[in-house]
Amino acid sequence: MVKINGTELDIAGQTLSEYLSSTDYNIKRIAVERNGDIVPKAMYGETVLQDGDSLEVVGFVGGG
Amino acid sequence: MQNDKLIIGGHKFDSRFILGSGKYSLKLIEAAVKYAGAQIITLAVRRANTKEEENILDYIPEGVTLLPNTSGARNAQEAVRIARLARELGCGDFVKIEIMRDSKYLLPDNQETIKATEILASEGFVVMPYMYPDLNVARDLVNAGAAAVMPLAAPIGSNKGLSTGDFIQILIDEIDLPIIVDAGIGRPSQACQAMEMGAAAIMANTALATAGDLPTMAEAFRLAIEAGRKAYLSGLGRVLTRGASASDPLTGFLRD
Repeated sequence: MVKINGTELDIAGQTLSEYLSSTDYNIKRIAVERNGDIVPKAMYGETVLQDGDSLEVVGFVGGG
Repeated sequence: MQNDKLIIGGHKFDSRFILGSGKYSLKLIEAAVKYAGAQIITLAVRRANTKEEENILDYIPEGVTLLPNTSGARNAQEAVRIARLARELGCGDFVKIEIMRDSKYLLPDNQETIKATEILASEGFVVMPYMYPDLNVARDLVNAGAAAVMPLAAPIGSNKGLSTGDFIQILIDEIDLPIIVDAGIGRPSQACQAMEMGAAAIMANTALATAGDLPTMAEAFRLAIEAGRKAYLSGLGRVLTRGASASDPLTGFLRD
C-alpha cells in the first residue's frame, strides 16, 4: 500500500506520473514529497511507487 | 521621497503593504490586491485536494510577489520542509517563517525560528521570519541571514493593535533590516502609527478579512500606510512634556 496525504491506496508499482494522471490533481499547482524528500516534476515519470511509501501532495491555499 | 523603496533581499517594492490571503473568498483577492496597492501576498501550503476546482494562484494578479508562509510548522525542521515544498511549487524564493508550538495564543517560537532562518538563508531563500519582538532574537535573525524581521504587534487575528509597540520601536531603532509589523494590526490608524514609528511595512490579513467591506478597508490601509510613511520620512513634530507653545504671533493683539 502507498500512503497519499494520509490515505492508503493500492497503487504500488505505478509511477508517480501514472498515479497523478489518474486523479484530478492539477500537476502545475502541486508539489510532491516522497518519504520526506521532494520529487522534482521531471522525475514523476521514473518514480515508481513502492509498497510502504508515504507521499504528501501539497499546494498553495490562502493564508497570512 | 520619490525613490522611497522597500528593499527585501535585493528586491525593490513601492508598496509597503503586505497582504494576507486567508479567511476570505478567492474572488476578492484581485480587488484586495488592487485597492491595497499590494505587491506582495502571503500564502499557506497545505495538502492538495484532488477535486480542487479553483486554485488561489489563478486569482492572484501577474507581477505580485508570492510570500509562502510555513504555518503549521511546530519546529525548525517542519518549517524548512514546508519552505522547500513551497519553493518546489515554483513561485520564487521568498518565505515567511512561522513556527508555533502554542495553539491558544499562536505565539512564534523564536529559538526554532532562528534555526530555520539559518538553514533556509543558506539554501538561498529570501527569509522573512515572524517573531516575538525581542532585540536579542532579532540580532540573531540578522546573523542567521534574514532579509527582514517581522515582529508581531498583537496575537494573530486579534485586531488588537500595537500591544508590543515599545519593543517594536527598539527593533526599528537597532536593527539594520526592514522591520515589518505582522499580526495583530486591526485598524488603519494602527498601521499608520507603526509606519510613523519607522516600520518598513505592514502585513495584515484578519483586519481585512473581518472588515465590513474588504476592498474599501484595503484602500483605507493603503492610505494609512502611505500617510504614516510620509510622516516618518518628514520627521514628526516634537512633543512638549509640559506647557504650551502658541502657533499664532505673540504680538499685535487687538488690545492695548
